[in-house]
Amino acid sequence: MNLQQYNISENNFEQCIKCTVCTVYCPVIPINSNFPGPKHAGPDGERFRLKDPDFYDKSLKYCLNCKRCEVACPSGVKIGDIIQSARIKYNTASPKLRDILLANTDFVGTLSTPFAPVVNMALGLKPVKLVMDSVLKIDHHRTFPRYSSQTFESWYRKNAEEEQKKFPRHISYFHGCYVNYNYPQLGKDLIKIMNAAGYGVHLLNKEKCCGVPLISNGLIKQATSQGQHNIDVIREAVVDKNMTVVGTSSSCMFTLREEYPHLLHIDNSDVHDRVELATRFLFRLIDNGDLKLVFRKDYKKRIAYHTPCHMERLGWAIYSTSLLRMIPGLEFIMLDSQCCGIAGTYGFKKENYATSQGIGASLFKQIADVNPDFVATDCETCKWQIEMSTPYKVMNPISILAEALDVEAIQKINRL
Amino acid sequence: MKFDTIIIGGGLAGLVAGIRLQEKGRQCAIVSTGQSALHFSSGSFDLLGKLPDGTEVDNPMGMMNRLDAPHPYSYIGSEAIAVYADEFSEMMKRAGVNLVGNVSQNHYHFTPMGSVKKTWLTLKDFTILDRPDNFPWKSVAIINFPGFLDFYTKFIADELEKHDVKCKLSLVKLPFIEKIRTNPTEMRSANIAKTFEKEENIDAFVEAVSPYIKDVEAIVVPAVFGIYSDKPLLYLKSKLNKDVCTIATMPPSVPGIRMQQQLIHYFIRQGGTFMLGDTVERADIEKDEVKAVYTANHSDIKMTADNYILASGSFFSRGIIARPDSVYEPVFDLDVFYDTDRSHWYDTDVFAPQKYMSFGVITTPDFHAIRKHVTITNLYAIGSILSGHNALHEGCGGGVSIMSAMHVADNLLKNK
Repeated sequence: MNLQQYNISENNFEQCIKCTVCTVYCPVIPINSNFPGPKHAGPDGERFRLKDPDFYDKSLKYCLNCKRCEVACPSGVKIGDIIQSARIKYNTASPKLRDILLANTDFVGTLSTPFAPVVNMALGLKPVKLVMDSVLKIDHHRTFPRYSSQTFESWYRKNAEEEQKKFPRHISYFHGCYVNYNYPQLGKDLIKIMNAAGYGVHLLNKEKCCGVPLISNGLIKQATSQGQHNIDVIREAVVDKNMTVVGTSSSCMFTLREEYPHLLHIDNSDVHDRVELATRFLFRLIDNGDLKLVFRKDYKKRIAYHTPCHMERLGWAIYSTSLLRMIPGLEFIMLDSQCCGIAGTYGFKKENYATSQGIGASLFKQIADVNPDFVATDCETCKWQIEMSTPYKVMNPISILAEALDVEAIQKINRL
Repeated sequence: MKFDTIIIGGGLAGLVAGIRLQEKGRQCAIVSTGQSALHFSSGSFDLLGKLPDGTEVDNPMGMMNRLDAPHPYSYIGSEAIAVYADEFSEMMKRAGVNLVGNVSQNHYHFTPMGSVKKTWLTLKDFTILDRPDNFPWKSVAIINFPGFLDFYTKFIADELEKHDVKCKLSLVKLPFIEKIRTNPTEMRSANIAKTFEKEENIDAFVEAVSPYIKDVEAIVVPAVFGIYSDKPLLYLKSKLNKDVCTIATMPPSVPGIRMQQQLIHYFIRQGGTFMLGDTVERADIEKDEVKAVYTANHSDIKMTADNYILASGSFFSRGIIARPDSVYEPVFDLDVFYDTDRSHWYDTDVFAPQKYMSFGVITTPDFHAIRKHVTITNLYAIGSILSGHNALHEGCGGGVSIMSAMHVADNLLKNK
């Protein structure tokens, strides 16, 4: 009998063989020496914490939750999950007002959208930034993403919902807070592509924020209840209506699929495989021979792709990059996969600003060396970070595809 | 996802095969569960140090014909090995990795304990000796940093003094390295090496050691110079008017990390697809042919290729897994050589040859894998997963990985 197989914890820290590989790839250690590193904060510390919770170390908050330690681990230890679970289990400090505001992207978005022009202007004003810096400790170097004056959801209801019914096949779209409050155009681009491919796009029965900022700011109860709601409405789409749920944000998708079961203990096993990035959904259609894409001949661009951390963990960059490489007039450059430093709300906090920019520095330099027309990436916070730290514009691959597509030719060749 | 060849395992063997094929225009994907054992590399590759009967080998080529089947070298043949040896060194040079050594004459390199050990090829970073007692200096200064526990200055001095080399031990305190000590557990070679990416920090090091090295012929330092390229070490050598002898540290190995990163980058630059942090979980096999493999990240999206190479390593990386009564190969369930009597697996004398080290998959003489006694026509096994050799006892691990990879890649290139 192999006793070892009966002695494996939920987060498998016993599998760690102390090889130190993870410590080489932690983006935080070289910049912020207060962080004890993934090996010590993760599997090593867990042994102590299980004996006595007093061994919990507050400096675990410096972990970006980038999961690059997990990607590097040759033994399959979920190091990032161990660290985040420890923060959830042992951290007793209650979140600050600033953290609550940063974490509640959908609540703040709902308040801001009706007053978008005023909010956008105010958030850009120097005095406002200085007050936010000194009172809320939101770093004044940061630029808040602009709020849209109409949410994606209300645009959809007015302009798109009705015509989606005429398509032969259907998918559901988890648009996330960014598309809804800040950049509805990305959602419109997705609808353009999916419609061209013969799919009607539907919204879930009232999605809530996936919870990634809530988790990282310690608002676990709220994250869990929103997560449970999301899985309930995703289940309606997947199980009751047999629709795959696609998204355009790698972090939302990663959270729905992986963080829900691993950190929030929400069972998503019956829908897990039917929640994915739109680029993965499209790649599969093409790979199976069910869809052919045709692109405009006059589309000529030089694009550098940045791999977001959660995309690296999912191993899905190949879907987005393969689709981009299909565009004949596109000169494609793959940037080295590294953390941009923002890690969602982490980089907005005053105390993390220097770490955040230090981590991203080599990425910004590589982008400048490559000098593309623009950068492509699947994560909105990476987009903000790169746009704040370099002069380059950043686009989601879905928007690039939507711009380069020849819709009529696609419908003709696919006999739609 | 379609490729010409899919390689399972991103260690030395997988990368050598991938680069060899990709350089000739074959589209390859390497799937790697985390980073590889190159992170623990001594900076040298052994070809053959001892025959299975314990006879010492000084001239590996001269002794090749003393190895019988199923030793992998006996399948490849000494003529081919001599050719591959030259071609491998050239290929590494193209990837930016510079090695010295000769297939007909083993040389000696320093171990982290300060003793010398026989080997075939050594990174140019390191000092090599023609004979085990032929030391180039009469006096050295051994330098370490306070709190760096992975470099054993006293052991090194004891070994060198056995050969009448006078040793002076010194510690140098540098503020940028002291910063890493905020967390003593993170005082590791890779983190120290990252600080020496800045030339000004090397200048500071040179200044700090200058009082200790005036009356010695050489300076012995831990191998913490050059994690991304060999530039920091070359810069250090240019600034010191002394011989610099770097000695590998305990893991992680900075030169090993650099070598692996250079090989991965070169593979990608040649057009290869490197999937890090993904695991091949199962395969479709029909009769004697692999039809597709499936990975954790790509789930239902299958990966297909004309040929498949299994380079998943031995026990450490779970290329083969031991159960109480048997040893199995987890991806394809290939035929594995092992002793059915567990009491024969190991010798209680830890320094004696250990039989379990010779367990591995059984192949045909051209390294086709065998499953339930049937040869799989498009599946090959290379590297440390192979049976028929004992890497530790014979000092042949690096050589078997390199030679079997070169051999299989060349056979694939010949076939089409």
